[in-house]
Amino acid sequence: MDDALLTQVEAAESDLRTAAAARLAASTFDEVIAADQKIEPRDAMPEAYRKTLIRQIAQHAHSEIIGMQPEGNWISRAPSLKRKAILLAKVQDEAGHGLYLYAAAETLGVSRADLVDALLDGRQKYSSIFNYPTLTWADVGAIGWLVDGAAIVNQVPLCRCSYGPYARAMIRVCKEESFHQRQGYEILHTLAHGTEAQHAMAQDALDRWWYPSLAMFGPPDADSTHSERSMAWKIKRFSNDELRQRFVDMCVGQAEILGLRIPDDGLRWNEQRGAYDFTAPDYAELMRVIKGDGPCNRQRIEHRRRAHAEGAWVREAAEAYARKHATATVAA
Amino acid sequence: MSGWPLWEVFVRPRRGLAHGHVGSLHAPDAEMALRNARDVYTRRQEGVSIWVVSAAAITASSPDEKDAFFDPAADKVYRHPTFYDVPEGAKHL
Ligand SMILES: [Fe+2]
Ligand SMILES: [Fe+2]
Repeated sequence: MDDALLTQVEAAESDLRTAAAARLAASTFDEVIAADQKIEPRDAMPEAYRKTLIRQIAQHAHSEIIGMQPEGNWISRAPSLKRKAILLAKVQDEAGHGLYLYAAAETLGVSRADLVDALLDGRQKYSSIFNYPTLTWADVGAIGWLVDGAAIVNQVPLCRCSYGPYARAMIRVCKEESFHQRQGYEILHTLAHGTEAQHAMAQDALDRWWYPSLAMFGPPDADSTHSERSMAWKIKRFSNDELRQRFVDMCVGQAEILGLRIPDDGLRWNEQRGAYDFTAPDYAELMRVIKGDGPCNRQRIEHRRRAHAEGAWVREAAEAYARKHATATVAA
Repeated sequence: MSGWPLWEVFVRPRRGLAHGHVGSLHAPDAEMALRNARDVYTRRQEGVSIWVVSAAAITASSPDEKDAFFDPAADKVYRHPTFYDVPEGAKHL
């Protein structure tokens, strides 16, 4: 179902190579942006461009790390060994995504330790979607299909971002995401075609995850701060509402095949626009969740703080071992 | 973690290809860097060999000096075979 998405990622990758091969005389920041070439870590760049990227990449990295929790909740209770192995691999991928992104952010002159602190003390945010609970096994399917699906729609254009390290990290991430989306879709398909109770469980998951997934694209264009500048800098390529529409249009046919109903009475094909009309998510709720008042905000951050604190002895031991080993090598 | 040095990771995708830069990571020592690089950058058989290099050990050319540094090569077109006229009929050149 996402061959098209993977094709887009590959097209972005080959454009990256073509642009790199074109020997343009571009040298100032504006010339490089205009020529669709990439800005690289030590190039001169406006301070606001650097700050915007740090904020966006860090928030993205934090989302990958916090995003491990809702699904991690089900690893020990996955219904079969196969599903458990798949879910473990998926959650491990999300940790990897976080690491690629922290590494990309560090090329802009911030330290990973500072970014982790900013997450733990609430100075930096992560995606609102991970503040919703995973109540049933079907939620793991809904997350893969809808949440990873929405993330892909958001991230595929980022493969063309003007900042080289971010664009390269996104290409890697998007290639891995496509398995995430498919495994979720497969879980829901299996449940939706199972017993009546399983079908109901799948429908319930779709009912709860639909609007929060639509909200992942952020506030409507009219209220979206920073958007215009990010577009001019070619960090962002499409507006929040354009991406949200693209996502809805993709999901309708996929839901039909699942035999599940998207919980929106206003959903209908609009001949004139060549797109589906749909009910917007509750943006007031999105703002509340972002501000810290979602169902699981406190739990997510507390869990991350605890994991970080409980891992301290491992980091210290590794450091002590490295120090001892280094002294031994010098002495020898 | 703040004390852990940064390592740049290079992966050889297949036999016959050169190692290429894939990213970086923090680790307390080279051995851990190598193990972590395996987990972070080769979860899908992306490589058959990994190098990790301490980022502190890399000396890089500066982008500010890019022109002065690389320009001397720009006007030496005679370094390329296409610069030369090959007389008609000359073979194996
Ligand atoms: Fe991810
Ligand atoms: Fe994912």
